[in-house]
Amino acid sequence: MAFIFEFLIAFFLVVSGIFGFVGSYGMIKLKDPMSRLHAPTKATTLGVGGVLVASIIHSVLIENHLSLHELLITLFLFLTAPITALFIAKWHIHRHEKPENLPDAGEDGLWATHAVEQVEDVPDHTAN
Amino acid sequence: MIRLLHRIFPHPHLTFLLTVVWVLLANEPSLNSLVFGLILGIIIPFVTQPYWPDRPKLRNWPMVVEYILVVLWDIVVANVTVARIILFKRDADRKPNWISVPLELRTPEAITVLAGTITMTPGTVSSDLSAQGHCLLVHCLDAPDPEAVRDQIKQRYERRLKEIFE
Repeated sequence: MAFIFEFLIAFFLVVSGIFGFVGSYGMIKLKDPMSRLHAPTKATTLGVGGVLVASIIHSVLIENHLSLHELLITLFLFLTAPITALFIAKWHIHRHEKPENLPDAGEDGLWATHAVEQVEDVPDHTAN
Repeated sequence: MIRLLHRIFPHPHLTFLLTVVWVLLANEPSLNSLVFGLILGIIIPFVTQPYWPDRPKLRNWPMVVEYILVVLWDIVVANVTVARIILFKRDADRKPNWISVPLELRTPEAITVLAGTITMTPGTVSSDLSAQGHCLLVHCLDAPDPEAVRDQIKQRYERRLKEIFE
């Protein structure tokens, strides 16, 4: 029986290793910055998730006590990953994209990153 | 009386969530951590109340469960799809694309959840919001057909979120 448990744990660890590797490889292979952003935000979710599932199984089946710490790591990952991605994407738009290269923003006319640049009366802090 | 309760517990869901998170952090279910978690769960929403004045209403609890399951399933599929694109597709054959998703959602919480979901699921990253928050800019890793991606986002996620939040 212990063999099956260990097999299961090893399986999840290998899966997570493969996805973590693919995510890192994507960073090298994909050429444009926006596409590069896809590799770490996704492939690593399952990469980390696999280790966490393996850890829960190990604590329940082999150490015989329930450990749910791992769910918190998942929760925090789901909260932080989209925000990091959004910040990097906004930086990219701010530095490298013109409003005319992006699709139509509908009734609002401009995307938020570009709309900010249009404001002329930015307070001057250099005087202080 | 009810208004007083609202003043003391501005976000009951947040109170509940913080307590659960604290008990999980302690990793030993005990009365000790439950009480301390509850204290934190009451103080933190009370102190941060000025920064989050609205109270999001969750209308449809079965739909929340359904939404979480759909998203978890999509994340697993997303990982395999993205891995396949990275490993087996030549970079020249890939068609990265921007798409604009017109939003029907209006509550900030619902739009945040939608944007986060889009980032976590197949080949899409939400990149920006339009100036007044009526459209979402999404970048696709490989989208030969942008219309189909947009329809899928609206059908799969936005429809469900609309039932949950609005």
